Amino acid sequence: MIPEIGHFALVLALAVALVQAIVPLIGAARSNAGWMAIAAPSSVVQFLCVATAFGALLYSFAISDFSVVNVAQNSNSLQPMIYKIASTWGNHEGSMVLWVLILTLFGAMVALFGGNLPPNLKARTLSVQSMIAFAFLLFILLTSNPFQRLDPPPLDGRDLNPLLQDIGLAMHPPMLYVGYVGFSIAFSFAIAALIEGKVDAAWARWVRPWTLIAWSFLTAGIVLGSWWAYYELGWGGWWYWDPVENASFMPWLVGTALLHSAIVVEKRDALKTWTILLAIITFSLSLIGTFLVRSGVLTSVHAFATDPERGIFMLILLIVAIGGSLLLYAWRAPQLKGGGLFAPISREGALILNNLLLATATATVFIGTMYPLLLDAITGDKISVGPPFFNATFVPIMIPLIAALGIGPLLAWKRGDLAGALGRIKLAFAAAVVATIVAGYVTWGRSVFGAVGLGVAGWLAASVCIEFADRIGVGKVPWRGVLRRAAGLPRSAWGMSLAHLGFAILAAGATGASIWQDEVIESIQIGDSVEIVGYEFTLRSVGKVRGPNYMAERAMFDVRKDGEALTTLEPERRRFFVQQMETTEAALYSNGFADLYAVLGQADGDERWIVKVYFRPLVPWLWFGGAVMVLGGLVSLTDRRLRVGAPARKPARPPAPVAAPAE
Amino acid sequence: MPRVIFLLPLVLFLGLAGYFYMGLATDPRQLPSALIDKPAPEFDLPALLSDLPGLAKGDLGGDVKLVNFFASWCVPCRAEHSLLMRIAELNLVPLYGINYKNRKEAAIDWLDELGNPYQRIGQDLTGRAGIEWGVYGLPETYIIDKQGRIRYRHVGPLFPKVLKKTIMPLIEELRR
Repeated sequence: MIPEIGHFALVLALAVALVQAIVPLIGAARSNAGWMAIAAPSSVVQFLCVATAFGALLYSFAISDFSVVNVAQNSNSLQPMIYKIASTWGNHEGSMVLWVLILTLFGAMVALFGGNLPPNLKARTLSVQSMIAFAFLLFILLTSNPFQRLDPPPLDGRDLNPLLQDIGLAMHPPMLYVGYVGFSIAFSFAIAALIEGKVDAAWARWVRPWTLIAWSFLTAGIVLGSWWAYYELGWGGWWYWDPVENASFMPWLVGTALLHSAIVVEKRDALKTWTILLAIITFSLSLIGTFLVRSGVLTSVHAFATDPERGIFMLILLIVAIGGSLLLYAWRAPQLKGGGLFAPISREGALILNNLLLATATATVFIGTMYPLLLDAITGDKISVGPPFFNATFVPIMIPLIAALGIGPLLAWKRGDLAGALGRIKLAFAAAVVATIVAGYVTWGRSVFGAVGLGVAGWLAASVCIEFADRIGVGKVPWRGVLRRAAGLPRSAWGMSLAHLGFAILAAGATGASIWQDEVIESIQIGDSVEIVGYEFTLRSVGKVRGPNYMAERAMFDVRKDGEALTTLEPERRRFFVQQMETTEAALYSNGFADLYAVLGQADGDERWIVKVYFRPLVPWLWFGGAVMVLGGLVSLTDRRLRVGAPARKPARPPAPVAAPAE
Repeated sequence: MPRVIFLLPLVLFLGLAGYFYMGLATDPRQLPSALIDKPAPEFDLPALLSDLPGLAKGDLGGDVKLVNFFASWCVPCRAEHSLLMRIAELNLVPLYGINYKNRKEAAIDWLDELGNPYQRIGQDLTGRAGIEWGVYGLPETYIIDKQGRIRYRHVGPLFPKVLKKTIMPLIEELRR
């Protein structure tokens, strides 16, 4: 009964979406207030319908209702409750419902909190949002029904992929989707603006908070995914340039560019057509990412079961959505009027440089991801493009980006003073030089990127701190005044400094993590030791442990540094009952600067095990830096200007009095 | 700015869409093997069952044969097993098995439960032979010609369609 209610709710949502996609749009064209007003309540209804469907699916998973095919194939009664719930989105059909749930949630939020939007813009935005929802609901209902029944039901389910049975991964898809799908709002706003033929500072101000929410969650989602890969896959890597990772990374790069170019539209009324294009591309890349993962075009650890029928449907959807919006762009964008002029050396100029570099970086990742596919289509050769390509192309773009990022915020709008800006951050040069020398000393002979990477990260961190200190008047006013100024500083300024600082920390972490690492792989017996950069790992014991739905071998390592006991690490190797698949659970010890990482490998004959131990310096900074960036995004979101939408519309001119008194 | 520039994103996207369409048409699961048209690699595996011989390079050739990598822990292997049984019942082609990275007892239980379609089964506990053959993911099926050369590789479970459209025609051709 419950699954049928869910199915019915999806059909209902489809009907509501169809109405909402058409009626408000016509209403806006004809200035019919009644027709436009449908958009807001129908957005809420649409969300409630999809939420009902999602709730029904979640319930089926929670009670292990194996008469539902989807539950039988992706869950098992032995799974702990948290993973039963996470199984809801650990499969193609369920994750599509989550996708649409978030899409409609954003629509409903715009409907509820967009009270200060002009009715035309609001109606058109919600209408466009609803078109996307309609397409995806149709996709679910026609090709991926999550509520399909199974008769007779099996006694037990086939279990969730063991690799996904992990708290990091239970959280990763919802976060990622809020990011991915959140960009749909920026897209809908862009399309609405194109239909309307008007983009102004107020438009940018409305778009920015939504972009900021999406960006913050996408950042969190990507960092979580990376963290998961780091400790779950058991070989100490944190980013693989896997096609599906790239699929989430490209919207992030363009979304970051969008976030910055929208500032220029808001403050200076320039870069309009570019910003609109970015908004379209950001969401288009999210759509393409969804397509790549589900169509079977790319094979990857992330890929869902492939089905050519779904692939064709999604491709048609992509062509209509992206092709249609780009067509609209080609038609309407030339009519948008450009705004303020500025000199190349200015805040605007710096933001354009940021945009160019981010766009180039996106193109690089795009080519690296698509090239194997293209080659296969043309010549039939199968190749894979791996980290060497990306390290050689992506990293050299990031270095000037970071270098410019240190200066950009110091430049004034319209016309900046580069020499003056550089003069203010002399200390940052010193920081960069020190970081480069230290890094160069530590990594001597290994890689020149290590020194350069840490150098620019040090430069960025220092210049962010100097800029912030400058703003709050350190050294110019007494400390009481400094505190008062800090408290009075707009939250968006805090957010910017935090996000940039987080980026510096992350860049340092990424450099450290890719350049230095030591690893030892040995076959040892109980009582034997392995040594790595001064840490001694002694295998104390290996025992069997039973988990809810797996058996595990758990090793205990005593870790000593200079003869003193430091910690005990307990890595596991789990074999899951149902899928008969093994996963490794690495054990980690972190001191904030470096991780010790131990993995228990296969038994190697009698009473011998292959063990892997890694020393991974600066890896913790990746997660810390990512967290600081997300914090920056969220702090910026609380800015008063975005929260209340402040003086969004020009105050309506007071009606002219009938008899105007002489002034 | 000339209007044409605004058309550029659309043109680029349409190119991309065409390319996706081609991508959908090609099957990413059809992995080529570096060993295609080369002699099967050196290997010599002990028997899994006491009453059935093991498998070595010398056993290949003479007639067209199928070599199938399987394991009891592999779910898709279970899916293709009934088809393998059909091949054996109809005596379409000699079918040899390699029990890949799998305990002996587990494999024997499995064959007891589902039936044994193989004429020879080699036991590859360490996965060494799998490395020689370039096994990517179970199950995998190879067609070996009369000269003992690898002529075709199928990754993933066999389907009736693949058997009928690709594998059997190739076997007929190689037999001639």
